[in-house]
Amino acid sequence: MTVETPKYRELGLTDSEYELIVEKLGREPNDVELAMFSLLWSEHCAYKHSRKLLGRLPTEGERVVMGPGENAGAVDVGGGYAVAFKVESHNHPSAVEPFQGAATGVGGILRDVFAIGARPIAILDSLRFGELDSVRSRHLLDGAVRGIGHYGNSIGVATVGGEIYFEEPYEHNCLVNAMCIGFAKTKDMVRAAAAGVGNSVVLMGASTGRDGIGGASVLASAELGEGDEAKRPTVQIGDPFEESKVLECCLELLEKGLLVSLQDLGAAGLTSSAGEMASAGGVGIDIDVAKVPLREADMEPFEIMVSESQERMLAVVEPERVAEVRAICEKWQTGSAEIGEVTGNGLVRILRDGATVGEMPVEALVDGCPLYDLDPAEPEGWIYGNRATLSEGATAAEELLALLAAPSIASKRWAFEQYDSIVGSRTVRRPEQAEAAVLQLPESGNAIAVSIDGNGRRVAADPYAGTIEAVLECAQNLACVGAEPLGLTNCLNFGNPEKPTGAWQLDRAVSGLADACNALGVPVVGGNVSLYNEGPDGPIYPTPVVAMVGELPDASKVGGNGFAREGDAIGLIGPFEPNLAGSELAKQRGELKMGLPQPDVAAVAAACEVVRDAVRAGKLSSAHDVSDGGLACAAAESTIAGALGCQINLEPLRERGCSPEEALFGEGAGGFLVSGDRATLEDLGAALLGEVAGEAIEIAAGDRSLSVPLADAERAWRSLNLA
Amino acid sequence: MIWAVLQFPGSCDERDALHACEVHGDGARLIWHESRDLDGVDGVVVPGGFSYGDYLRAGAIARFSPAMEAVAEAAEAGAPVIGICNGFQVLCEAGLLPGALLRNAELRFRCHQVELIEEGTGERLSIPAKHGEGRYYAPEEMLDRLEANGQIAYRYADGHNSNGSVRDIAGVTNERGNVLGLMPHPEHAVDPLTGSTDGLRVFDRVGRVAA
Repeated sequence: MTVETPKYRELGLTDSEYELIVEKLGREPNDVELAMFSLLWSEHCAYKHSRKLLGRLPTEGERVVMGPGENAGAVDVGGGYAVAFKVESHNHPSAVEPFQGAATGVGGILRDVFAIGARPIAILDSLRFGELDSVRSRHLLDGAVRGIGHYGNSIGVATVGGEIYFEEPYEHNCLVNAMCIGFAKTKDMVRAAAAGVGNSVVLMGASTGRDGIGGASVLASAELGEGDEAKRPTVQIGDPFEESKVLECCLELLEKGLLVSLQDLGAAGLTSSAGEMASAGGVGIDIDVAKVPLREADMEPFEIMVSESQERMLAVVEPERVAEVRAICEKWQTGSAEIGEVTGNGLVRILRDGATVGEMPVEALVDGCPLYDLDPAEPEGWIYGNRATLSEGATAAEELLALLAAPSIASKRWAFEQYDSIVGSRTVRRPEQAEAAVLQLPESGNAIAVSIDGNGRRVAADPYAGTIEAVLECAQNLACVGAEPLGLTNCLNFGNPEKPTGAWQLDRAVSGLADACNALGVPVVGGNVSLYNEGPDGPIYPTPVVAMVGELPDASKVGGNGFAREGDAIGLIGPFEPNLAGSELAKQRGELKMGLPQPDVAAVAAACEVVRDAVRAGKLSSAHDVSDGGLACAAAESTIAGALGCQINLEPLRERGCSPEEALFGEGAGGFLVSGDRATLEDLGAALLGEVAGEAIEIAAGDRSLSVPLADAERAWRSLNLA
Repeated sequence: MIWAVLQFPGSCDERDALHACEVHGDGARLIWHESRDLDGVDGVVVPGGFSYGDYLRAGAIARFSPAMEAVAEAAEAGAPVIGICNGFQVLCEAGLLPGALLRNAELRFRCHQVELIEEGTGERLSIPAKHGEGRYYAPEEMLDRLEANGQIAYRYADGHNSNGSVRDIAGVTNERGNVLGLMPHPEHAVDPLTGSTDGLRVFDRVGRVAA
């Protein structure tokens, strides 16, 4: 006798979830319904292990135009304009097929932004791979970078920034988080809620094929393991040309006021977009799958409903405007089909040539998934590996060169030069020219700055403090270009929340995020959660990727991060008390363990204000946030960027109780390395460290003093190149 | 001077070109690829991007568009025409400019600031380049002829020819000199805030030759 696994389990539903579905329907679901439930009740769509925690986050603020629950968040930037932004993961598809996985990650986040009526103006991305000495990691990095470039370059949206870290725990489960920034006239923006019983539901864009079937449940909501090649058909294929036409088409439709609402088709395809539109509007929706334009004629209704074919949008249109909508789709040479209508019965009904093939209450399908409490437990100690790569007797100069050459710290020029960073004529600071990307907004007469950050290693050492640091690093990066934070979004990349350690990491990180945002007064306008990021060797580092958007009045005042004038004084601003815990140096020495010092958020916020005001007043020659690799690396980066040497004495840090090593390479929040007139820096309360001079990085730090020629430092820092 | 900027599905830099034309001249308008009417403009910009997706060969489909028929007529009549990046590829495909553009020698898309030397004046320009298929190629005897005719407009400065273009060629003109194609993007160099204003000199050059 063989025992067959029930179909619902293969689709990722638990026994009790299946029972609940039967109870809500009053009968067993048929195949179409089961497929739809399995997707909308997946972690990816229902946030069933994270939703309760996310309630802790502050979401309100004076400048918030759209908050969580919409396709993207948005903040007011004045003059009747808003900036929309969102970050989303495409981790598992990228681990299986990096080029298409990353490309469609970009495509998906662009759709989220133009779905609310904002024109995408910039892309950033946050990537994590295993160590670069692994063939797999090099393959994934190369594919993901090409994929991001392929999609972003082809569609004509500038990729202006991002970050890449390389750490062993991402070896089998890389992270690809893509962020899009959009710009809109606030009055032209549109929400995703379906409305108006009798209105038509129009599917626009590409036709529907078998690609990506089950992606949300199969890929995004389970751990990766051996044999993932067999999952390759669940990765979608991107077509940026189609998306560029759909994008222009949708923006023209919205500008002409022809749409009642608009939603993109992402994970779970028509199922989630139709279901979520109906749920948000408190209405029902009928979809006739026979009216959906198909790539393959013999597709089953369930396949049509769950297909994740890319470059599709769903709109609600008043019946008398459908012809006009379709004419504009035709002008842009993109598809359109009237596939259903808004109803008042509170049901999602799936028809095929008029005959019902599935019928579910919207409430049960979209909002009925049980939300789970976590069962967190702090691990006994450091659960990840340690691998020493630095020889024991290394001098401070050798350590500095090793840190600068570490792929996580080294220049990412090799990657970002594969991205068009200037299309759109808004890019005032290109990648690595400043601590944050700066985009001018001539329409509203000001500019925005964007930063995306998240150091998983530090979060692993202390999920609470590490997440606070990620928020502070964004705030500090914005301060370095004179920007004041307006809003924040995030992507929480974690392991299995059903395991105690994964639950603890997630729980502590969300608390850290909430406390940091509350203390800074920055609202969270959206977010994304990616769980089950585990490979055969265990979970990834818990990686909350935080992205912050800030406003600055005058982009011409923005300086850079490189030393700019021989003879300038160099100073340290902020409550920086560096420590080797969780640092890049500790990693290279194989000395990682649990625990980080707790950052003083209020003090860091005050320092941000000092730096921000100084930058806005044009008082500083350069401003650099001290992060990975500590002060020595920050000084080296400012030296390389400005092609001017520096002479620094770290005595002021020694007075804060730091050892020479901590002063050089220790990490922690709250440090700004700035340069400018000596008197100006003194007025700002900076600790004076030295001056811009010579052609070397010379740092006096007791018995760990070092001197490294600029050219050597630059060679190390520019060593990341897959050619 | 009023400029037209063509817009194909898949164009990316048409708004940037429109803005640059407004900065440089007296105005500019977008011309949809299906239009055969250039609306009485003085000059034309064929902008960068990925016209029709460029899934075939860059520019191979755009050359057949109705708007390109109008551009060919305008070029024949002596109007200034600038093809930038994808526009350069389109003009080569259309036979309005000599040579062809192949995949970059390093086989990767690259976006970076490059320095160009204007042939004849020796002026040095700092302008961004961003392309994956920008390696200029023409047979040796054709190159000799282009040089003899003064049809080489711009070369990459020493150390800036990252795509492997033959004889460091960044931009060429037709025999008459009124049609110019170049891979770097002068329309992205018209604002000191975003990098440089050297791109305006490229627009000047075409206006001067055509005048």
